[in-house]
Amino acid sequence: MSDYRLMRPQRDVGVSGYGSYIPMYRLPGAEIARVWSGGGRGPVKEKAVAGLDEDTVTIAIEAARNAVARAEIEPGELRAIWLGTESPPYAVKPSSTIVAEALGAAPYLLAADFEFACKAGTEAVQAAIGLVGSGMGDYALAIGADTAQGRPGDDLEYTAASGGSAFVIGPAENAVATLIASLSYATDTPDFWRRGYQPYPSHSGRFTGEPAYFHHTLAAASALMEELDMAAADFDYAVFHQPNVKFPMRAAGRLGFTPEQVRDGLLSNEIGNTYAGASLTGLSAILDRAEPGAIILLVSFGSGAGSDAFAWRVTERIESRRDKAPKVSDYIERRTEIDYASYARYRGKLQGS
Amino acid sequence: MDPKVVNDWRLRGQRYRLEGEVCDHCGESIFPPRDICPECKEPAKTPHTLSGRGEVYTFSTIYSAPEGFEAYTPYTVALIKLEEGPIVTAQLTDVAPTDVAIGMPVEMVTRRLRTHGDEGTIVYGYKFRPLHLGQAAD
Repeated sequence: MSDYRLMRPQRDVGVSGYGSYIPMYRLPGAEIARVWSGGGRGPVKEKAVAGLDEDTVTIAIEAARNAVARAEIEPGELRAIWLGTESPPYAVKPSSTIVAEALGAAPYLLAADFEFACKAGTEAVQAAIGLVGSGMGDYALAIGADTAQGRPGDDLEYTAASGGSAFVIGPAENAVATLIASLSYATDTPDFWRRGYQPYPSHSGRFTGEPAYFHHTLAAASALMEELDMAAADFDYAVFHQPNVKFPMRAAGRLGFTPEQVRDGLLSNEIGNTYAGASLTGLSAILDRAEPGAIILLVSFGSGAGSDAFAWRVTERIESRRDKAPKVSDYIERRTEIDYASYARYRGKLQGS
Repeated sequence: MDPKVVNDWRLRGQRYRLEGEVCDHCGESIFPPRDICPECKEPAKTPHTLSGRGEVYTFSTIYSAPEGFEAYTPYTVALIKLEEGPIVTAQLTDVAPTDVAIGMPVEMVTRRLRTHGDEGTIVYGYKFRPLHLGQAAD
């Protein structure tokens, strides 16, 4: 195969600013297991839960403010705000315009919500790379944020979490990490879905593993590495979509990555699966500590199904930018444990209330 | 047209991002915007977005909420003295009522204020939380 699979913009672009937000409430897996299984533990230690006054829009706003602060730009310089989510507060009405207004970025910009399950955020990153890379605009903001819901008692309830991250994509001359190249891979694979007017998603059990998560993640990652003629050892960090701890660790191992390369970007044990925010928040955590020159592999996965793979190179600009907003670890440490009853109240699971 | 939608729409700049005004005559910072400086009575229409940092001037915890806010009880409403001078009334968030104190440093966040029923709009606006992340710092 020739490099027609690879994507590269006409001008060099990168991440100019990045930022995350994670709500403060934590529901331990052991608490869910207590309610539904009479004890035991879940696939992650605990998950982040949005409070009563939080939703995908408020999560996106705080992540975006952090990203714009690190980009050192005026919000009015953004020519697009694209928010990837599977949990928009409105069924019809863009979330992105609310974010744009809150940032002070309106009105001269594109604004839309992207939908592709857990890869909606990296889909927005790809679109932003295209917009900036073609010269249509100098800056575009891509966000992945969710308040994911699992049906009470379902396996997904242990991990479906709230959080998000935002990335200002800009010219390479103002980048904390430049894009080396990207590649996307998508097929019609129904491993997880939610029909209209249904409060909770459905999934096809074990089908979500090999034909969905692993096939798309490994196909996108290995094609990108092949096209760039890079091996796992050429990367300093790798971050994958993280619906739990086991899947990304196994994907990393199959691609030849060591646990050390994956560790800093693997947050699911502490915050759960933040869906469209998951792999991007892992990238954010890596940028919080990476040295200039470090090379990062980012591979998302979204059910339905597809993966976006990116190779980034950290620049020396990271040193002066990373302290301009709270780090992912600051949000992880800001932790208030709640019980299942409070969780049921916060996430609207009580009928007749 | 639902009058609530129009009213919320007019207030979006001040509610979403604390956009007030600054008086070009005496330099007073004005919030909410009112186009006349309360200090020197001169016209003041220059938009100015406040930093969002301030401290709790006084507060009260609400157990019996007005219509539209019942789902959030108990919650704390405070007068916040912003570092630029104006005092605003706002809910506190991400803090237990028992942990609030006069003089507590706070920062602005944008959160859901209420919804207009199940079919109406969702209203977003400023609330304040304890300052420890420095999110509003520039």
